[in-house]
Amino acid sequence: MGESRKALSLISGGLDSLLATKVVQQQGIYVEGINYFTGFCVEGHTHAIRKRDRARPKRNNALWVAEQLGIKLHIVDIVDEYKDIVFNPRYGYGANLNPCLDCKIFMLHKAAEWIDANGFDFVITGEVVGQRPKSQRKDTMPLVQRDSGIGDRLLRPLSAHNLPPTLPEREGWIDRGRLYGFSGRSRKPQMALAAEFGFEDYAQPAGGCCFLTDANYSVKLQDLWQSRGERRYELDDIMLLKVGRHIRPRSHFKVIVSREQGEGNFLSGYRKQYPSLNMISHGGPFALLDGEVDAEDVELAARIVGRYSQGRDANEVELEYCTRDGNKTPLRVRPMNADEIPAEWLL
Amino acid sequence: MNGRYETIDCQRLLCPMPVIRVQDRVEQLHAGDLLTAICTDPGALQDIPAWCRINGHEVVETETRDGEYLITVRVGTG
Repeated sequence: MGESRKALSLISGGLDSLLATKVVQQQGIYVEGINYFTGFCVEGHTHAIRKRDRARPKRNNALWVAEQLGIKLHIVDIVDEYKDIVFNPRYGYGANLNPCLDCKIFMLHKAAEWIDANGFDFVITGEVVGQRPKSQRKDTMPLVQRDSGIGDRLLRPLSAHNLPPTLPEREGWIDRGRLYGFSGRSRKPQMALAAEFGFEDYAQPAGGCCFLTDANYSVKLQDLWQSRGERRYELDDIMLLKVGRHIRPRSHFKVIVSREQGEGNFLSGYRKQYPSLNMISHGGPFALLDGEVDAEDVELAARIVGRYSQGRDANEVELEYCTRDGNKTPLRVRPMNADEIPAEWLL
Repeated sequence: MNGRYETIDCQRLLCPMPVIRVQDRVEQLHAGDLLTAICTDPGALQDIPAWCRINGHEVVETETRDGEYLITVRVGTG
């Protein structure tokens, strides 16, 4: 009886990592999971913020996958380390600000460090040749192995037959004949394998899991950097980009206007970090002002907020302006008409 | 009961950050110790128990009050 081998699986919460892990578990390998939190993960946040989404059952899919597989899951905060990947991707961005190739290299580098530190033998991913335009191509997959330092200690069970044998296969820890040769963007083979394993309630396949792949989000992030004159962000910044309407009427400030009550509640948690506007005379949004503002800017912002309130057709609406240190001032303004808000203000 | 009892502030943090805070704190504690996470993201009500189930810990109490969710975990042997 040989020594029991141990593998670390990168768990995104999607179908591919679920299946890849199951395939390896079936060969008697002990597996633990790891999930990296970059701050840009789509998982959960908008559900948590928006009131209308709270009625839906909400779960963290990475935790759910781990529970289905009966494995431990380590969730690792890489928010600070990840900034360098976002600012300076060696292999550039995808269609938006998504540094997919550098991201994969970085995560596998972290995984390689983890298995070295914890006495594990190899790493598993749910990657499939040809499934993603940058990070899952036949020509970039070896590059990812080389640059991350994981080398041939990386097993991609779903696509193994399309790739050279890896260390776990050559050493006989894994039977290559019981791995798969999936390729391309079709999800049918994965869905068939999921059915074979009896998995029914998995996260919808092929969904984007990172806000950096989203065109609108990327525009807002670019705007943030441009307004600051440097590429810089904190976790709160990138959370706020996920919430509300972002309107920049002047280069030195923008207004973040909630779209519903859940977003208003979330934004109001930032009242001590940003000046804010709250509707008094009519139902309507809560808004934060990001930037250094003077009285004229506040009035302009109030007129914009009024536009999105129930008093949009009134001659005048009343709001309350609140500074970071809690000083409150009532304001009466005429709400803007729709045609007074140029399209280029809307981020 | 001689174990330690600690609380951690996870207010305004969105999942998975409360889970990460609990996970990192639990690593510093011992089996039998108690840890209460004070959260404002209702997702923590799902995620912290799920994390506990898969990692060998136990949620012993959950309390909801004024938009806060207090989730108390007993550290297992892991």
